[in-house]
Amino acid sequence: MKKTICLSVIAVLVALTIGLTLAGCGKNSETVSTDGSTSMSQVIGALGEAFEAEKGITVTYNATGSGAGIQAVQEGRCEIGLASRSLKEEEIESGLKETVIAYDGIAVIVNPENPINDLDLETIAKIYTGEITNWKEVGGNDSAIVIIGRESGSGTRDGFESITGTEDKCKYRQELTSTGDVITAVAGNPNAIGYASLASVKDSVKALSVGGIAPSEETIKDGSYKVQRPFVFVTKKDTPISESAQEFFDYSTSEAAREIISSAGVVPAN
Amino acid sequence: MILGLITVGSVLVISLYLVISGIPAIKEIGLINFLFGKEWASTADEPKYGILPFILTSVYGTCAAIVIGVPIGFFTAVYLSKIAGKKIRNIVETAVNLLAGIPSVVYGLVGMLVLVKGIRLVFNVPDGASFLAAVIVLTVMILPNIIKVSVTALDAVQKEYEDASLALGATPVETFFKISVPAAKSGIAAAVVLGVGRAIGEAMAVMMVAGNAANMPSLFESVRFLTTAVASEMAYSSPGSLQRKALFSIALVLFIFIMMINAVLNFVLKEKKGK
Repeated sequence: MKKTICLSVIAVLVALTIGLTLAGCGKNSETVSTDGSTSMSQVIGALGEAFEAEKGITVTYNATGSGAGIQAVQEGRCEIGLASRSLKEEEIESGLKETVIAYDGIAVIVNPENPINDLDLETIAKIYTGEITNWKEVGGNDSAIVIIGRESGSGTRDGFESITGTEDKCKYRQELTSTGDVITAVAGNPNAIGYASLASVKDSVKALSVGGIAPSEETIKDGSYKVQRPFVFVTKKDTPISESAQEFFDYSTSEAAREIISSAGVVPAN
Repeated sequence: MILGLITVGSVLVISLYLVISGIPAIKEIGLINFLFGKEWASTADEPKYGILPFILTSVYGTCAAIVIGVPIGFFTAVYLSKIAGKKIRNIVETAVNLLAGIPSVVYGLVGMLVLVKGIRLVFNVPDGASFLAAVIVLTVMILPNIIKVSVTALDAVQKEYEDASLALGATPVETFFKISVPAAKSGIAAAVVLGVGRAIGEAMAVMMVAGNAANMPSLFESVRFLTTAVASEMAYSSPGSLQRKALFSIALVLFIFIMMINAVLNFVLKEKKGK
């Protein structure tokens, strides 16, 4: 008796699952496929969600990395490629086109007690690779520099290291798993230096100017603030994308998307 | 019966899943390289997957927490069970229960804001996020387990034993340590093993205070535990990559550790029943 109940419960559950899956497939036949940069997951997630709510078209996102995304467009495996860097010349020559949708500005932060206000990109790289280990070498107090960063795989870490040219060479003292943790750690230690996406920097830490230019939406947009990188949509120059993909493309570059892009912590380009 | 099956099923599924997803990376990296490699750089161009620093950190960290935590917990338990008045016992027991109920993320947060800063100022080191901070947090976290289980074991000692000892002229302190404690031996041992289990499996609190750089363990050095190694990189590792597979292998190693601790616990409890 008990066994029969058990079996029938399982049978009903299985039937329901199959039913739901099938129904789900039938409803959203229209999809836009995107593929590329892992750093863009938040932006694409936010845009895709808002777009789906408005138009009923699903946006799929395959987080593979900028290089893989660009390759996927070339090979026609996705409609829009996502890259967190500008296209190289040979990529443009091969018939690809880039459209910047946002800029990712990364603030270099220190404790408010630290007298340093400005460092150039080269010095920051030297600090992170362990060439400079004391604040007095860059004109600050005589105390050891405590380097705080994000865990490997994080988009912010990837962005920071690629901009400063310190990939896999950083001598981290702390590797924390969220922007908030980095800010808390830097706020709690006068010797610390860290990095965080500009949108989330609060008053508890001081954002350094880099090469004399303070980070802000304007300086990031005009390119004068150096610790930044573009988020681009990559498409083919002469083959038009599908109607729904074009709709998503237009939506992402429209005025309406500005707020959604800012909410994902980056500076909208349009 | 069905509900029981769900529990057993979950255990089986988790064990099987861990073994199946943990073995490929070990095969690819090589068991010796994986377990005894000293360098971990999972996203470098030439990735290195050596988890010896994590294993040592987890083992040392757990041992240190036990070495500090067990005496404190044990003497507290003897005091609570045998010496303390009803009022004091009530107050302390309430506090211990409360301590047991605090979520680990809160331990981590307080540790990050108070302990890490305190260590930096007291020991005059550049940064307080260290092995020491993690050990202190773990010690506080395992205390409630040790105290509660030991108190229960000590309370269960038959009063006749103690009365007999006292009647023979032993002082109360002699009685407690020579009669009650040996009688409650296996219960106290179980308390210690439970503490080990809790300490080695803790991830969240430790992740927030230990710094998480993959260094060999050293008192003021930033270190990464087995648990935090899995937790901190899982979110961003791409599915199917060797990095993700290696994380599962770390989880498998941790799982084996915890199975061993459980086996010890079972053995200790059986011994108790056998007597």
